[in-house]
Amino acid sequence: MSFIAKPNVSHPGMPKNSLGLSQRDYEGTVSTLCAGCGHDSVTAAIIQAVFELGIEPHMLAKMSGIGCSSKTPAYFVSQAHGFNSVHGRMPSVTTGANAANRDLTYIGVSGDGDSLSIGVGQFVHAIRRNLNMCYVIENNGVYGLTKGQFSASADIGSKPKKGQPNLQEPIDAVSTALSLGATYIARSFSGDKEQLVPLLKGALMHRGFALVDIVSPCVTFNDHEGSTKSYAHTRQFYHNVINMDYIPPREEIKAAYDDGEAMPIEMHDGSTIVLRKIDREYEPTSRAASFKYLRERFNAGEITTGLLYLDESRAEMHELMGNVDTPLTQLPLDELHPGKEELKKLQSRYR
Amino acid sequence: MKPTDTSNPEYFHQVVDCQFGCPAHTDVPAYIRMIAQGEFSDAYMENRKSNVFPGILGRVCDRPCEPACRRGRVEEKPVAICRLKRVAADHRDDITSRLPKAPATSNGKKVALIGAGCASLTVANDLAPLGYEVTIFEALDTTGGLMRTNIPQFRLPPKVLDEEIGYILDMGVDLKTNHPIESLKGLLTEGYDAVFVGTGAPRGKNLEIPGRYDSDRIHIGIDWLESVAFEHTKEIGKKVLIIGVGNTAMDCCRTSLRIGAEDVKVMARKPRGFFKASDWELEDAEEENVEILINHSPKEFVIEDGKLVGMKFELMEYKVDDNGRIDRGTVTGEKIIPCDDVVLAIGQDNAFPWIERDIGIEFDNWDCPVVDETTMMCAIDGVFFGGDSAFGPKNIIWAVEHGHQAAISMHRYCQGEDIADRLPRGMNLASQKMGMHEWSFSNDYDPASRRIMPHVDLKKRFKKLDIEVELGFTAEQAIQEVERCLNCDIQTVFSADLCIECDACIDICPVNCLTITANGDEDDLRSRLSAPAENHEQPLYVSADLPHTSRVMVKDEDLCVHCSLCAERCPTGAWDMQKSTLLVPYAQDELAEEQSTSAAST
Ligand SMILES: Cc1cc2nc3c(=O)[nH]c(=O)nc-3n(C[C@H](O)[C@H](O)[C@H](O)COP(=O)(O)OP(=O)(O)OC[C@H]3O[C@@H](n4cnc5c(N)ncnc54)[C@H](O)[C@@H]3O)c2cc1C
Ligand SMILES: Cc1ncc(C[n+]2csc(CCOP(=O)(O)OP(=O)(O)O)c2C)c(N)n1
Ligand code: SF4
Ligand code: SF4
Ligand code: SF4
Ligand SMILES: [Mg+2]
Repeated sequence: MSFIAKPNVSHPGMPKNSLGLSQRDYEGTVSTLCAGCGHDSVTAAIIQAVFELGIEPHMLAKMSGIGCSSKTPAYFVSQAHGFNSVHGRMPSVTTGANAANRDLTYIGVSGDGDSLSIGVGQFVHAIRRNLNMCYVIENNGVYGLTKGQFSASADIGSKPKKGQPNLQEPIDAVSTALSLGATYIARSFSGDKEQLVPLLKGALMHRGFALVDIVSPCVTFNDHEGSTKSYAHTRQFYHNVINMDYIPPREEIKAAYDDGEAMPIEMHDGSTIVLRKIDREYEPTSRAASFKYLRERFNAGEITTGLLYLDESRAEMHELMGNVDTPLTQLPLDELHPGKEELKKLQSRYR
Repeated sequence: MKPTDTSNPEYFHQVVDCQFGCPAHTDVPAYIRMIAQGEFSDAYMENRKSNVFPGILGRVCDRPCEPACRRGRVEEKPVAICRLKRVAADHRDDITSRLPKAPATSNGKKVALIGAGCASLTVANDLAPLGYEVTIFEALDTTGGLMRTNIPQFRLPPKVLDEEIGYILDMGVDLKTNHPIESLKGLLTEGYDAVFVGTGAPRGKNLEIPGRYDSDRIHIGIDWLESVAFEHTKEIGKKVLIIGVGNTAMDCCRTSLRIGAEDVKVMARKPRGFFKASDWELEDAEEENVEILINHSPKEFVIEDGKLVGMKFELMEYKVDDNGRIDRGTVTGEKIIPCDDVVLAIGQDNAFPWIERDIGIEFDNWDCPVVDETTMMCAIDGVFFGGDSAFGPKNIIWAVEHGHQAAISMHRYCQGEDIADRLPRGMNLASQKMGMHEWSFSNDYDPASRRIMPHVDLKKRFKKLDIEVELGFTAEQAIQEVERCLNCDIQTVFSADLCIECDACIDICPVNCLTITANGDEDDLRSRLSAPAENHEQPLYVSADLPHTSRVMVKDEDLCVHCSLCAERCPTGAWDMQKSTLLVPYAQDELAEEQSTSAAST
C-alpha cells in the first residue's frame, strides 16, 4: 500500500464527460491491494466506463461481499452509494436495494470465491430473477484475501504456489449464467481494457442481469507457472471471439460497421451494441449454440472472451413482478403503506 | 520507435527541464533538496560549481530555467528557482574554506583576460586553481562589468558583487584596473599563452531621428545607467520617456524614479506580448507606477528654443496572424508627448575598436567576431571570446557558461592538446528506493502555489538608489516553495524484461503518462497514448518489446510529476526511481583526467 495519496493533479488535455466531470472525479481512495493485482485494473476499467457513460455518481450503487475483489468498490466513484455486505451475500443485498430503488444503476463487484464458492446459491438466484444489475466477478481462481486457497473456479490441474494441484471440477460462471438464462454474459481479462471497458459499459446499461466474468490475476498467490489464472497463461490461451462497441443513444453508428459482419442490437435506452464476430461460427444470440461452442473451447483449454450472449427481450425482475414504476423509496408513505384495512382486504382475496 | 537509449546522458538530462534550460546546467533539483534539508552552504556550493555567482544570480538571473520548469506545465506557475538560489546564498555559512584554491606553485602558463565582467571572472575562477597565472585587464576602476555599471543597486547590492567577485580574485588573480587594452595586436606580443576577450557589448544603440543632436537631455541607456552608478549623474527631469521596452528600459525607468523623475513613461512600439522585457521586470516596474504606452513609434524629438520639450510618435496598429506573428504595422496618427528627458534603451551592439582588422580575426556582418560555439576560439589560435563579446548581448548565465567552456579550451590549448577533443558529459544513475514504499526524497505532490517575493514598501524604496527592493523569501516561504519542486532528476527507469503487463502503473499515474501499446513511429504513437501528447519538445520514453505481448511501454515525459506511484504499484520492480546526476566537465576535470591517464601510462 502506498503512503501517499494519488496527487491531485491531472493532465490538462484529458476530456470531460457529458456532466462536465473528468475521469479523476470518478476515482476512489488509493487501492490497498497488492501492487500488480488484476483487480486494480478492473477498477480502472470501471472508472473509465462509468465516466464515459456520464453516470451521475449519486445514481450509482456499488455492492460487494468479502474478498480482495469485494474491497475494490472503495477504490472507485467515492461519491456513489455503497454496501459492503457479508461474504457471498452481495446478490441478496442488491436484490433488496434494487427492489426499494429501481432508479439506481447497480454494480456488484465480487470474487470467484464470493460468488462461486460460498455465494453460489445467491448468485444463481439473482440470475433467475433477472435482477437489473451489472455483476462483475474478478476471477483469480483463489481466495486472495485469505492467502490463496483454491476457489470453486480453479481449473483441474491448476497448480497452487505450494501443495497439490486442484482435482475438482471448476464452476464456470459464464456457462452457469447461460444455463440459468442471464441476458447479458461477457468474459474478459483485466489486462485488456480495450475489450473490457465497452463490455462494462454495455453491462451497466443493459436492463436485466449482466454478468462480466473477468480473469483478474492474483499476483501474490496465483501468478506462478502452472497456474491457469496467471497473466502469462491468460495471454497465451486468450481467445477473443466477438468484439463489441457500445454506442450511446443518439450517437451515429459509424460507417465502419456496415460491413455485413456487424450486428447492431438496440438496447432499452436507445443505445446500441454493435457486435463484430471474430469467429464467424459464433452465435451470440443462441443459448444452445453458445453453450456448445464455449464447452468445446473450454475443453481445448482456451479462454473464450467477448460479449458471449445477449438477449434484450426478457423482462427483468420489476417487470416480471409487475411492480410500480416509481421507486419504492419515492412513494408517499400512504401509498407504500396503505394500512391494516388494505392488508386485510388483500389477504381475503387469497382465502 | 527504437527503444530509448538511456545510456546517452542527454536523454535523462533533457527530462530535468530546469537544468536542461540552464545554459550552465545548474543541478536545480539537487540544490532545492539541500535547501529543504536546511543545508544552505551545500546548496550554495552546488550552485557555485556551475554558475559561479549564486548570490548575484539568485537576484538577477535571466532564469531561462523557470519558463522551462515542468511545474509550469502541470499548473500555472513554475518553481521560484531563482528565488531559492538566493535563499541558499542568504543563509549560507562562511564557505570560504570550501572554495577552490590556487596551488602553491604556478604551472608556468600565463593567461590574459580582457575585461573584468562575469565572463572573464569565470575563466579566472576555473583556471587559477589549476596553477595558471591569470591577469585581468579592466578599463574601468572597478570589477563586475555591466553587473556593476548597469544593473542598478536596488536590484543587485554592491556588497553581493564584491563578495562573490572577491572569492575569485582572492585566488591570486592579478587584476589591473584602469587598464584598457587599446591594441589586441600589442597584447598578443606580450608572451601570454592564451588570451580571453570578455569585453562585452559596450555600445548602446542610437536613434537617428530628427532632433537627436539638438539637446543634451537625450541619453543612451547603458551609458546613462553607468553614469548614475558612478554618481556622475545624480538627477533627471520630472517627466521622463524611456524608449524601448526591454530589460534595460525597465532599469532605466526605475532608476529615473529614484533620482527625481515623477512621471515616467515607457514607450513601446509594439503591443504587449511582443515586449522584450521579462515578465517579472515588467511587473516590478508597473508596481512602481511606471506607465507603459504601447503602439508608439518614435518619429522625432521636439525641441523648442533649444530645449527638449517632448517627443513625437506615430501611432501604430498591427495585425497578428494565427501563428502569433506580427506584421510591420500601419500608421494611424501622430502624437506629441511632453517630456524633460529621453532615455534610449533599444539595444546594444558589439564594438571592437581596439582589435585590429588585419591580425586574422574574422568579423561577421554585425561586426561580431566569428567564434566557435563549442571551443569559444576565434580564427587566431589561442584567442578566445566569451560573454556578450562572443555572440552579442545575452545575459550573465550565458557569459558564465562561455567562461567555463573557454577555460576548458584555454587549458587544453596551453597543454598542447586538441581543444575540440573535450571530455563528454556523463551521467550517474542511482536507485532511490529505501523500502517497499519509501523513497529517499519527498515524492508527495504539494499543491501549494508559487510564493510571492516580499518587497520593500513603495513609500520607502525610492528614498535612496541602493535600497534593495526584494527582501528575499522568509523561512516559511522557502519551506513551502521547495516542496513545489517535482524532483525531475529522480527518473522513472524502466526494465522491459521485468514487466508482466498488469497495467498497475498505467492505472495509478495521476497524469496519464504511461501507455502499453503496439509500437509505431513517433507521430503514430503520440496519437495513441493514454493522454494527448502534443508537446513535441518533450520526449517519449519507449521500451524494448515486452516479454508477454511484444507491445511496448511508452512514457510521455511531458507532465510526469515524479510521484513514484508507478514504481510503488509495480509488482516486479520494472519501474524504479533513480536519481540522475549529470556530470558536467570543467577545466579541473580535464586536468584530473590528464593526470590519471598519465599515471596509468607510467
Ligand atoms: C541595463 C542592463 C541590465 C541587465 N540586467 C541583466 C539581468 O538582470 N540579468 C542578466 O543575466 N543579465 C543582465 N544584463 C546583461 C548582462 O549584464 C550581460 O550579459 C553580462 O554582463 C555580460 O558579461 P560580460 O562579462 O560578457 O561583459 P560585461 O559585463 O559587459 O563586462 C565587460 C567588461 O570589459 C571591460 N572592457 C571593455 N572593453 C575593454 C578593453 N578594451 N580593455 C579592458 N577592459 C575592457 C568593461 O569595462 C567591462 O567591465 C543586463 C544588461 C544591461 C545593459
Ligand atoms: C462467512 C465467511 N466465511 C469465510 C470468510 C473468509 N474469507 C474471506 S475472503 C474469502 C475468499 C475471498 O475469495 P474471492 O471472493 O475469490 O476474493 P479474492 O480475494 O480472491 O478477490 C474467504 C473465504 C469470511 N470472511 N466470511
Ligand atoms: S492477494 Fe491476490 S487478489 Fe488479493 S490483493 Fe493481493 S494480488 Fe490481489
Ligand atoms: S519541478 Fe523542480 S526539477 Fe522539475 S523543472 Fe521545476 S525546478 Fe526543475
Ligand atoms: S512518477 Fe510514474 S506515476 Fe508518477 S507521474 Fe511520473 S509516470 Fe506517472
Ligand atoms: Mg478470488
